[in-house]
Amino acid sequence: METIWQSAFAVAVWPGLLGGAALGFFYLWVARKLSARLQGRRGPPFLQPFFDFVKLLGKETVISSGVNPAPFYALPYIALASTVFGLVIVPVPGHTVESFAGDIILLLYLLEVPVICDVMAGYVSQSIYGQVSAMREALMTLAYNLPLLAAVIAMSQNAGSFRIGTLQSAPTGLVTVLAAIAFLVAIPARLKSNPFSIPNAEQEIVAGAHIEYNGAPLAIFELSHALEVVLLFDTFLVLFVPHFRNQLADTALYFGISLSLMVLVTLAAATTARLTVKRAFRFYWVWGGLAAAAAMVVAIVG
Amino acid sequence: MNIFAKLLAVARRKSPWIYTVNSGSCNGCDIEIGPCVSPRYDGEQIGMLRQGSPKHADILVVTGAMTKRARHAVLEIYAQMPSPKAVVAIGSCPASGNVFAGSPLVDGSLDTYIPVDIWVSGCPPRPQMIIAGVAQAARLLAEGKTADQQRKAKP
Repeated sequence: METIWQSAFAVAVWPGLLGGAALGFFYLWVARKLSARLQGRRGPPFLQPFFDFVKLLGKETVISSGVNPAPFYALPYIALASTVFGLVIVPVPGHTVESFAGDIILLLYLLEVPVICDVMAGYVSQSIYGQVSAMREALMTLAYNLPLLAAVIAMSQNAGSFRIGTLQSAPTGLVTVLAAIAFLVAIPARLKSNPFSIPNAEQEIVAGAHIEYNGAPLAIFELSHALEVVLLFDTFLVLFVPHFRNQLADTALYFGISLSLMVLVTLAAATTARLTVKRAFRFYWVWGGLAAAAAMVVAIVG
Repeated sequence: MNIFAKLLAVARRKSPWIYTVNSGSCNGCDIEIGPCVSPRYDGEQIGMLRQGSPKHADILVVTGAMTKRARHAVLEIYAQMPSPKAVVAIGSCPASGNVFAGSPLVDGSLDTYIPVDIWVSGCPPRPQMIIAGVAQAARLLAEGKTADQQRKAKP
């Protein structure tokens, strides 16, 4: 009975839905505020992402004729559910999980589900812009997953295990630094921020894969994006940041490093312009591939 | 009014997303809408964002005289916006046709086709006035007083 209540708490409150949403909305606010300050603007108020979410929930939903309503309504909830369960299997301050063999692989799958939902949402919408966006997003997964997956594989090779618990307590060394660089390179494309905002390129293909979405389904997509940010940072933290087994130090590291990752991503977004698909692809397969290869070589040889 | 309705009202007031449509403007008003999200006027302080799709927007911002060519597009875009929605007409043209009044290509006032909530006067109005108009439309949305909400509320 005890464990059921604990699991329910983890899914609903921390680190699941409520806590994850609060943290995700905070990071999204940091991104908007910081890019506004960098452009010489004052930026949105603190609760802006939350207000946007509530407002969208309270709107009516319009579906174009010819769109199948079942996948249209289901996709945002599938994306949300997968990110919530991803958050629950990762140990964070205030939440310990029994690590099992292969849980890092499960985490990678859960990280990928929202992307697949986005791609399908683009095709389901029957909008030509949504379809262009879906195609671009599918292409980008092939690009950024090379350094991202290589970083995870190098760390697993180094630790000799696919368990999150073992990975977290593995000693840090040269391979950690190289794999962390490869993972860092992949983050902006995974979050669809500049210079890799190729799938959701506004002004270019209108509004990305969510173009036909409105009202509550759009709100759920926004929420799942906020949770995705948290989940991606959590993954970075368990893989590359040493664990001190000291409550205070670990909590400080958790929030400090997540926040600095968001600041880094925003700095990159505010100072660059969008690349073309071809150039982004080349960037990931040359520079991302180089970082990935270096991490793999050090992991296997060293 | 329960707590969720109150929260929703605050959220509607704080998060006006706009979609702009040019129904035959000389481009003067469109040039004034651009600076609303620029560093000098920064509409994002009140949560105002320009959206690329009418389905994401709460407030339809119309510039220019209602030309016969654009009528179908304006009606279509208004119909695509999910309720609750508001309409802000920018400048003198949507109201009266301004210098284009009497032209065989201009159809008269915008509110013969879609219900307009806020008229922002000027030729063109200043960005401050446009932001004030959008903020006022957001307040109407929060209070449930837009033409669209009033029409829905009637039995």
